[in-house]
Amino acid sequence: MTSDASGRLPEAFLTPGGSSFMDFLAGHAPDLLPGRRSLGQGDLSSEVPHGTTIVAATFPGGVMMAGDRRATMGNIIAQRDIEKVFPADEYSAVAFAGSAGFGIEMVRLFQVELEHYEKLEGATLSLDGKANRLSALIRGNLPMAMQGLTVVPLFAGYDEDIKGGRIFSYDPTGGRYEETHFYSVGSGSLFARGALKKLYREDLSETDCATVAIQSLIDAADDDSATGGPDMLRRIFPVVGVVTADGYRRLPEDEVAALVDAAWAQRHERPDGPAATSLT
Amino acid sequence: MSVPFYVSPEQLMRDRADFARKGIAKGRSAIALQYADGILFVAENRSPALHKVAEIYDRMAFAAVGRYNEFENLRIAGVRLADMRGYSYDRRDVTGRALANAYAQTLGAIFSSGGEKPLEVEILVAEVGVGVADDQIYRLTYDGSIADVRGYAVMGGAADTVAEYIGEHYTEGISLAGALRLAVDALGHDGTEVRELTPDQLEVAVLDRTRTQVRKFKRISEETLARILSESSPAVDEKSDADTSADSDADDSSESAAGDTPVAPPVDDAPIAPPEDPDDDRPL
Repeated sequence: MTSDASGRLPEAFLTPGGSSFMDFLAGHAPDLLPGRRSLGQGDLSSEVPHGTTIVAATFPGGVMMAGDRRATMGNIIAQRDIEKVFPADEYSAVAFAGSAGFGIEMVRLFQVELEHYEKLEGATLSLDGKANRLSALIRGNLPMAMQGLTVVPLFAGYDEDIKGGRIFSYDPTGGRYEETHFYSVGSGSLFARGALKKLYREDLSETDCATVAIQSLIDAADDDSATGGPDMLRRIFPVVGVVTADGYRRLPEDEVAALVDAAWAQRHERPDGPAATSLT
Repeated sequence: MSVPFYVSPEQLMRDRADFARKGIAKGRSAIALQYADGILFVAENRSPALHKVAEIYDRMAFAAVGRYNEFENLRIAGVRLADMRGYSYDRRDVTGRALANAYAQTLGAIFSSGGEKPLEVEILVAEVGVGVADDQIYRLTYDGSIADVRGYAVMGGAADTVAEYIGEHYTEGISLAGALRLAVDALGHDGTEVRELTPDQLEVAVLDRTRTQVRKFKRISEETLARILSESSPAVDEKSDADTSADSDADDSSESAAGDTPVAPPVDDAPIAPPEDPDDDRPL
């Protein structure tokens, strides 16, 4: 499929063109692009697994993204340990809520898109450039979103120019919006955002920021049936990705476990989690 | 109606080969060298922007000499092929062998087709493995011939002279610093007069199997290169060393105390970016 019968590189590979992998696929192998497939009729939203809640928050010198581990299919739990937070490249992270199949495909394509550009140009895209490429990718998925197969990503990265983290949210038509401090997407996002509002401070340390993100996911799971809380029996905990000047790093399982255990212990005292004061 | 000249196929191929070989020999050399933790690439290249060595995929790199526009086009095709394969199958399914094959077919087809000018390029496709024994280096020439190389490979410029120098000093399992010093010395031994190349005349990159990231390719910056090279001094001629300790790997280049060797000034200290003078359309 990638070379013709003689084994020679196909003409398309040797034709000068842009540095976008998506554009290259559109010309050479359009069927590999998620948005180019024709679908049947009807709403498919309860027929395929959906990923649920993602939160992101900045802290001095970086940004963090965390996602619960549940995928649902209608009222069924499709998967207990799905991963929805990924490195997009060395200095950014991407996560998705919505149709899991397309979400994962979109993340893979986005990762290749960034790497491809980097290799061809010998330079990385700006953070805004990366965010815009993701917009274009979602826009291509619009016909499927109309049938209930929506994918809503969240994108965050370290911006060398401001020496800090930035967060971008999207709508299903590809609209791109920059968020300040924190944001959440997915079915439990409203509850998570409420919790973030009360717990978030601008000067949180990396560890405290991870605790806040985990607390907000626990709150989301508390009120949204599609969001999975920490699975204490199976020891399945949220995926937490951190991006700083040192690059992307996924918090090790045992660090996350320690944070979850602490939050869980506190909730035995007060099931609603930490209380915020009514003033200040 | 005029009858076209008869040219024998042997003559035709010889002419085309001579044409390509001449173009490649006009440029400057590039070296790939296996060291203990990976594969080192060192090319003499005054341009900081127009690369002769580049990343193809996780464990794969590309090095080339000859006409920049021609090998750049091949490099881009290689990245496209690798990314496409990795996207449609899996990252582990992208292999150096497949890429080297595709290049060989492409170069061969262009060389033997009457219509196209043969490409004036020579390329290396290198893939770093889990251990030294799994490393692969493929060397491809303008006519599509492919060779599986072990240890080291030199292309472009006075390739034979440079390769001879490396052959005399190379040992298996050499350290990175030792390999770097050897390669830089070798590039300087490409003529009758020995040159000492400075970091700004060199392009250096490694495929480092110890890197924790999936992508093993890394460029070595001018500052890092200067630091590593300052820790060893250029090899002096063999007659000076009395202690012939045949066991160690890198010390034939690093033992002599710094400062005692009269360093030959760089023959050509023109700044950057080819073409250095308007009439010079030498390949990189």
